Amino acid sequence: MVSSLARVRGRLLAGSRGRVLNGILLILIAAALVLVATRAIALGPAYFIQIVVYGLADGSIYALIALGYTMVYGIVELINFAHGDVFTLGGFVSLWLIPIFGLEEAKSVGPGIIIPLVAILVISMLVCGVVNVAIERVAYRPLRHAPRLAPLITAVGMSFVLEGLMFLWRGPFNLHYPNLLPADSISLGGSASIAYKDIAVIVIALGLMTALSLFVERSKLGKAMRATAQDRDAAGLMGIDINRTIAATFFIGALLAGAGGMIYGLYFTSIAFDLGFSAGLYAFTAAVFGGIGNIQGAAIGGLLIGIVRVIVDGYFDSAWTDVVVFALLVLVLVFRPTGIMGMRVPEK
Amino acid sequence: MTVLRRIWETDPRKDPNPLVYALLAITAVAYPIWAQASTGGQGDFLISFLADGGVYVLLAIGLNVVVGFAGLLDLGYAAFFAIGAYTYAFLASDHLVVTPLQEAVHLPFWIVLFIGLFVAAAFGIVLGAPTLRLRGDYLAIVTLGFGEIVPRVFRNLGVWTSGVNGISALDKPQLPLWIQGPWSGDQLEVVQNFKIIQPLGFYVIMVLLVGACIVLVNNLRISRIGRAWMAVREDEVAAAAMGVNTVRVKLLTFAIGAAFSGFAGAFYGAKLSLVSPENFGFSVSITILVMIVLGGMGNIPGVIAGAILIYVVIFGLLGALPPLAEEWATSLGLGSLVAPNGDWPGIAQEVQRLRFLIFGLILVLTMLLRPQGLIPSRVRQQELTKGVNEDQTIEDVNAEAAT
Repeated sequence: MVSSLARVRGRLLAGSRGRVLNGILLILIAAALVLVATRAIALGPAYFIQIVVYGLADGSIYALIALGYTMVYGIVELINFAHGDVFTLGGFVSLWLIPIFGLEEAKSVGPGIIIPLVAILVISMLVCGVVNVAIERVAYRPLRHAPRLAPLITAVGMSFVLEGLMFLWRGPFNLHYPNLLPADSISLGGSASIAYKDIAVIVIALGLMTALSLFVERSKLGKAMRATAQDRDAAGLMGIDINRTIAATFFIGALLAGAGGMIYGLYFTSIAFDLGFSAGLYAFTAAVFGGIGNIQGAAIGGLLIGIVRVIVDGYFDSAWTDVVVFALLVLVLVFRPTGIMGMRVPEK
Repeated sequence: MTVLRRIWETDPRKDPNPLVYALLAITAVAYPIWAQASTGGQGDFLISFLADGGVYVLLAIGLNVVVGFAGLLDLGYAAFFAIGAYTYAFLASDHLVVTPLQEAVHLPFWIVLFIGLFVAAAFGIVLGAPTLRLRGDYLAIVTLGFGEIVPRVFRNLGVWTSGVNGISALDKPQLPLWIQGPWSGDQLEVVQNFKIIQPLGFYVIMVLLVGACIVLVNNLRISRIGRAWMAVREDEVAAAAMGVNTVRVKLLTFAIGAAFSGFAGAFYGAKLSLVSPENFGFSVSITILVMIVLGGMGNIPGVIAGAILIYVVIFGLLGALPPLAEEWATSLGLGSLVAPNGDWPGIAQEVQRLRFLIFGLILVLTMLLRPQGLIPSRVRQQELTKGVNEDQTIEDVNAEAAT
C-alpha cells in the first residue's frame, strides 16, 4: 500500500522527465542568450550598460512587490491577487499626500524635500499595510479551511474591488505624478549614465529588502512566521498566535508594496488605477522565478525580470515585452516550478 | 400523463433536473415571442442581445467543466475564445487576401464551427500537456499568463491579423436550402444558400447549440470521465491511487473546456462579423468566472442562470443605468450632479465606473456568504458547507455511527 502510494506520488511529480526538460531548458536559454548577444554587440557596450542600469531600477520595484507575494504564499499558500493593487494604492495615497505636504513639481528642490518625502513614504506604507490586513481579515481568514479555489476567487475579487475604488477615486486616465527627484546623473563612460533617481530607487529598494530579510531571520516575529509557514498546526501548538502572525505577514508585505507604489510614481512620473494588474503579474513572475516562498529568490527574480523587460524594450520591440515576460512565467513553471533558487517541495 | 407525473415526482434538487430544463426550454421559446409582442414587432435588438448572451452561456458551460467539475482554476479562458473567433475570421472572410497567403478562404459556418472547436482544443492540449502536473494555483497562473499572451500575439502579428483594427466583414452563416414564406414577409419559395442575417436566425442557432452542449455536458458528467473529474477535484492522490490517470483526465478536461470556448468563439465571430484583440482580455475571463461562481459551480442550470443574470446586469443594466441615473438625479432635484464638475465626472460617468467594484464585490460576497452559488449543485453544497471543517465531518460521521 505504502509503496504503491509512493509510486503514484512519483508519477505525479514526474521526476523521470526532469532530464529531458533540463535539456530543452538549456537549449532555450542558450538560444535566447545568443539572440541578445548579437543585438548587444551590434549596438555597443555603452547602450548595454545603460540597459542594465534601467533594468536594475525597474527590477528593484518589481522585487519590492514580489517579496509580498512570496511571503504571503509561503505562509498561507495563497496567491494574493490583490497585492498588485495594494502596490497601486501606495502610489495613489502618496500622490494624494504630496500636495498636502506642500511639495510641488519644479519648485520643491534640494535636500529639504527628503524629510516630507520620507514622511509621505511612511504614511503610504502604513495605509497599505492596514488595507492589506483588512483584506486578509475580511476575505481570506474566513476561508482558510475552505477548498483552495475559494480564497483564490476572493483574491481576484478583492483585486477588482481595490481597482474599482481607485477608479472611482481618480478616474480611468493615467495620472501625472510630480517629478520630484533630481534629474542629474553620473556618467558611466561613453553615452551611458546613471541618474540620481536610478540610484535612489535601487538604494531604497535594496535597503528595505535587506531590512526585511534581517527581520525575518533575526526577530521573534520573523521566527514565528517561518514556523507558521513550515507547519501551521505545530506552530499553533507551540504557542504561536497564528492569526496574528499571518496578519503581520500581510502587513509587512503590504508595507513593501506601498513603498514600491510611491517609488514607481516618483520614478516613472505616471500612475493609473489598473497599474497593479500588470505590475502584480510581473512581480508574481519574479516571485515564481526565485522560487515562491524564498525571500532572497524573489529579490533576485525581481531584478532579473526588470532586466529582461528592458532588454526586450531596448533591443527588440516593446510591443512584445509583455509576451516575453508572460511566456517566461509559463516556461519557468513548466521547467522549474520551484524556481531557479527554490527547493524541491512535494505537492501537498 | 406518465411523463408529466414523472417530472412532477422527481426530487426538485435532482440533477439533471427535467423540470428546470423544461422551464429553460419554455423560456427560450417564449423569449422572442415576448420580445416581439412587447415592443410591437420592433424586438430585434432584444433578440440579438440575448443571442450574444448565449455566447456567454456556452463559455460558462465550458468553463464549468474545467473549474466546477474538475476543480482546475483557469484564469485565461478568453484565450481559447479568441482562438476560436480568429479561426473563424481566417477561414470565413476575405481577410487572408491581404496576408502573405494572398488567397481568401470561405468555408461554411457549420464546418468552421467545428474547426474552431478542434483548433482551440489542440491549443488546450498544447498548453495543458506541460503544465497540468502543477498544483492548482500554479496552474491558475499559467493560464493567466497564457490568457495575457494570446490577445497580445494577435495584436502584434499585424501582417496576419491587422493588429488592433481586427478583422471585419466575416461571412454570415448560410443554409444550403431554406423555405421562405409569408412568415418572413416573402413569397413562398425554396431558396438556395440562404444567408442568416436576422437576429432571430442567430437566436435559434444559439438555442440549438446551447441545447446540444447541455446534453453533451450532462452525459459527460455522469460518464466514467465525469466521475474521474470529481475524484480528481476532491483528492488527486486518492484518485490516482484508485487507478484514475490524473494527468490524462486533467488534459482531457482542459481540451474539452477549450473546445467549448473555441466553439463559442467561432459563433461570436459570425454573429458580430468582427474580431479584434481588445475583445478577449482578462476581464472576459473574469466575467465568465463570476458567472459560474455566482450561478453555482458544478451545476449546469445554475451556471446557465448565472451566465444570463450576469450578462443582463453587465451588458444590459449597467449600459442602461447611466442615463437612468441622470434622469433620477434630475427628477430628485439633484440636477447639478449630471454635469461634470472639477473632479466629479458627472453621474452617468460615475455609475459607469462602478463596474469593476460590482464585479469584485460579487466575487467576494458570493464566496463568503454563499460559496455554493445561487443554484448550487448538491454535491458541491455538501462539500462547501459541511466539508469546510474536517472536525465537523468527523463529528457527523460519529453521530451517524452512534445512531
